[in-house]
Amino acid sequence: MSTTNPQSDTQPDEGPRRSRWSRRPAEGTPAAAARARRRSKQRRRIGNVAALMAGLVLTGALYSTFAPAQAADEGSESTAEAAGRELYERSCISCHGENLEGVPNRGPSLIGVGEASVYFQVHTGRMPLVRQGSQAPDKPAIFSDEEIDQLMAYVQANGGGPVLPSGDLRDGDLAAGGELFRLNCAQCHNFVGQGGALSSGKYAPSLEDSNDLEIYSAMLSGPENMPVFGDNQLTPEEKRAIINYIQTITDMPDPGGAGIGRIGPVSEGLVIWTVGISALLFGIFWMGSKA
Amino acid sequence: MARTATSPGAPKTALGKAALEVDDRLIVAGPLRRTLNKVFPDHWSFLLGEIALYSFIILLLTGTYLTFFFQAAMTEVTYEGSYAPLRGVEMSIAYASTLDLSFDVRGGLLIRQMHHWAALLFVASIVVHMLRIFFTGAFRRPRETNWLIGVALLVLALVEGMTGYTMPDDLLSGTGLRIISAIILSIPVIGTWAHWAVFGGDYVGELIVGRFYIVHVLLIPAILLGLIALHLLILVKQKHTQFPGPGRTEHNVVGNRLFPAFAGKATGLLLVVFGVVAALGGLVQINPVWLWGPYNPAQVSAASQPDWYVMFLDGSTRLFPAWDIYLPGNYNIPALFWPTLVLPGILFTLLLAYPMLERKLTGDTASHHLLQRPRDVPVRTSLGLMAITFYLVLLLSGGNDVIADKFDISLNAMTWVGRIGLIILPPIAYVITYRICLGLQQHDREVLEHGIETGVIRRLPHGEFIEVHQPLGPVDAHGHGQLAYGGAPVPKKMNQVGGARRAIRGFFSPIEEPTAVELEQRGEERGLASAETQRELTSSGRPAEGGRPAEGGRPAEGGRPSEGGRPQEPRD
Repeated sequence: MSTTNPQSDTQPDEGPRRSRWSRRPAEGTPAAAARARRRSKQRRRIGNVAALMAGLVLTGALYSTFAPAQAADEGSESTAEAAGRELYERSCISCHGENLEGVPNRGPSLIGVGEASVYFQVHTGRMPLVRQGSQAPDKPAIFSDEEIDQLMAYVQANGGGPVLPSGDLRDGDLAAGGELFRLNCAQCHNFVGQGGALSSGKYAPSLEDSNDLEIYSAMLSGPENMPVFGDNQLTPEEKRAIINYIQTITDMPDPGGAGIGRIGPVSEGLVIWTVGISALLFGIFWMGSKA
Repeated sequence: MARTATSPGAPKTALGKAALEVDDRLIVAGPLRRTLNKVFPDHWSFLLGEIALYSFIILLLTGTYLTFFFQAAMTEVTYEGSYAPLRGVEMSIAYASTLDLSFDVRGGLLIRQMHHWAALLFVASIVVHMLRIFFTGAFRRPRETNWLIGVALLVLALVEGMTGYTMPDDLLSGTGLRIISAIILSIPVIGTWAHWAVFGGDYVGELIVGRFYIVHVLLIPAILLGLIALHLLILVKQKHTQFPGPGRTEHNVVGNRLFPAFAGKATGLLLVVFGVVAALGGLVQINPVWLWGPYNPAQVSAASQPDWYVMFLDGSTRLFPAWDIYLPGNYNIPALFWPTLVLPGILFTLLLAYPMLERKLTGDTASHHLLQRPRDVPVRTSLGLMAITFYLVLLLSGGNDVIADKFDISLNAMTWVGRIGLIILPPIAYVITYRICLGLQQHDREVLEHGIETGVIRRLPHGEFIEVHQPLGPVDAHGHGQLAYGGAPVPKKMNQVGGARRAIRGFFSPIEEPTAVELEQRGEERGLASAETQRELTSSGRPAEGGRPAEGGRPAEGGRPSEGGRPQEPRD
C-alpha cells in the first residue's frame, strides 16, 4: 500500500511549533505592559486549551459511564465477536473491506445490515461468494451454525441493524398469509414459491428448501434484488402468516397426482406432447402395423 | 312383406328374424351394408384425426359432469370449504365452486383433470393430424373444403380452450383474461367499443365468466359438433386418400373394411385414448387452481402462461418490440395489436388459403386421391418445416421465463435469441429440409437404378472390389434397373425383398401372409426372392403387386373398382 502514513505529515510540523513555544521574549525588555498583556493572552490561551481538554475528558468519561455497551465495543470484544472477526478477516474481508466498509465494485458495506442479513446470506450459502455474477446463487452453507452465530455477532456489533426474530415463525393466519404472499411475493417468486426469472440473468429463487428463519431474515434484509419488507410494511405477525402459508403449501402433497414442477401450463404442455401424444403415436403405430 | 318366412334364405335364428323385422320397417340393410363395407386405409397416420375425435368425445362427457357442479357467476363469497389455506378468503362463486368441485365432489378432481388433459390433447392431435394432411398433400383438390373446415375447427378449438381456461376465475386465468381484455382494447378504432361489448363494461365487471361459460358449453361445442359431422360426411363422400403403392390407384382405396377390421381398430383406439387421458388425469396434476388463489386484479404471479396452444401468441408478444404508434388527435395503436391480432390473422389466413395458393402457384388443378410422400414435394415440405420452426420459436418464447429460470439463462438473452431465431431459423430449416428431401429422393432413385446394396463385396480378377447389388426388376444392357420412380416406398434392405429366410416378427413389423401375387412371383425365376420354396415373405414397404392383404386374404379393394389408373407395376 502506497498511502502516506498520517503521522509522517504531522512530524515536520512539530519542530517549528516547539520552537515557537520556546521562543520566549527575554527578561528586561521594554514595554512591560505589552509583555504582560501578551503573557496574559498566552495564559488565557493555555487555559482555554486546558478547559477544552477537561471538557472532552469529562464528556468521554460521562459517555463511557452512560453508554457502557458502546464503550465496551471499542475496548473489549466478546469472545463470539472476536471469533466472528477472525472468520470475517479470513473469508469476507477481501470484498467487504477491513472495517466492513465495503470495497467498490466488489462488495457492499456491511455497516448497519444487521445479523438478519448475515444469517440469510451465510446460512443459504450465498456468502462467501464463489465469483461475481448477476446474482449470488444459493449453495450448501460453508460455515457451521456456530460460526454463523459468531459472524452475526461481529457484524451486529459493528453498526447494528435488523436482528433475528424469536418464537414460532409460523404463528400467523394461513389464509391471510396466502393473500399477503400473492400480493407481495408472487410476482417474482410465483404463486407457489417456485421462483422465476428476472431481467439479465437475475432471478427470484425457489422457496421450496428455505427454512422459516431464512424467509424471515430475507424479508427483513432484502437480499439481492428483493425489496426490504421492514416491520412497517409487513408487521411481524404478517411475516409469520406469510411463512406459515409458504411452508404449508410447500409441505402439502399434490392431490391431483405428480406436481410436474407446479409451474402450470409450460410443464403441462410439455407433458401432453412428450407423454400424451407420444403414447398415442406409439399406440396407432402399433395398430397400423396390425393389418 | 315381399319376403316371408318361407322364402329361401330366410333367417332361422331369433336375432336374424328380429333383424328382418327391423329391416322390413326401416329398410336399412342396403345403406348399412354399404357403410359396413367401406374401406379404410390401414396406414397408422390415418388414425391421427381419430385421436382428436375421441378426445372431443371425452371432453363432452367430462364437461357435462363438470357443469353439474360448476357455478358460472362472479358474485363474491367467502370460502368455507375444505381447503384450509383459502378458508375465509373472498372469492367469486366460480372459483369457490371449482374448489368445491375439486375437493368436495366425488371424482370431481379426476374428471376436472381429465377434462383439461383431454383439451390439451384435443388441440395437440388436431395439429398433428393437420401436419399429416399438409405434408402428404391430402388437402389438394377435391378436398380443399375439408381443409377449410379443419382450420376452422382448429381456431374454434383454440377459442374453446381459451374460454375454458378463463372460467375458474383463479389468479392464473384472471391474468390471462386481463391480457385478452388488453388485446381487445388494442384494436384500432373499435377497440374500446368491442371491449365494452364483450365485458359489458370496463374490465373486469361481473359478467364475463357467465358469458364465457355459455360460449364454452353451448355455442362453440355446438359449432364444433356440426363442423366435425360435416368434416366426416365429406370424408365419407370423397373417400379416403391413400399412399401410393402396389395395387393402389387414383380410383380405389386399399385397406380394411369398416366391419369388422376397422371397427375393431377404432374401438381399440377409442379405449386407448380414454386410457391415456384417464391415466394423465389420475396421475399428473394439471392446473391446480387452489395453489393459484382467487383472482384479484392487484395480484400477478411470475411464470403466468396460457395453455400450450395459445403460448405461441404469448411468445410473439414477448418478442415484439414495444413500438407504440401515436397518431395525431390522441389516438394510438399499441404494440400489443401486432403480435396478438395481426400476426395470428396472417398466420391463420395463410394456413386457410394454402391449398388455393399451392393450386395457383403450381397450376395443378387435377383431382388427387393418392398422397404424396413429403420427400417428393420438397418445396411444400420445406415450407412446412419453415412454418413449424417459426411456430416453435414463438412457442418456446412463450415460456422463455421458465426456460431462463430452469436453465440459468438470462431472460434478456432468451428474448434476443427468440427475436433473431424467429427471423433466421426458418430459412435455415427450409434449406436443410430441401436438401434432405432431395437426398432421400436420390437414394430411392439410386436403388431403383442399381438395386439394393447386398453388403456382399466381390473381388474381380483384376483386383477391383465391387459390391453386389440386387436389382429390383429387369435390367438393361448396362445392368441398370428399368423401374420408374413411382413416389412409393422403395425397399432398401434385402430382408424387405425376402432376403432373410423368415420375416422377423417385431413389435412394429407385421408378419403377413404371402399374397397370391407373391406366391406367383415365387414361381418366376427372378432375383433372390425366386426359386426358394416355401419362403415366407413380408411385403411391408415393398413395391410388389398385391400390396397389403385384407383380413383372411380377401382381395382388399373397396370403393370404386379399379379402372386402370396410374401404372404401378414396378416389377414388370
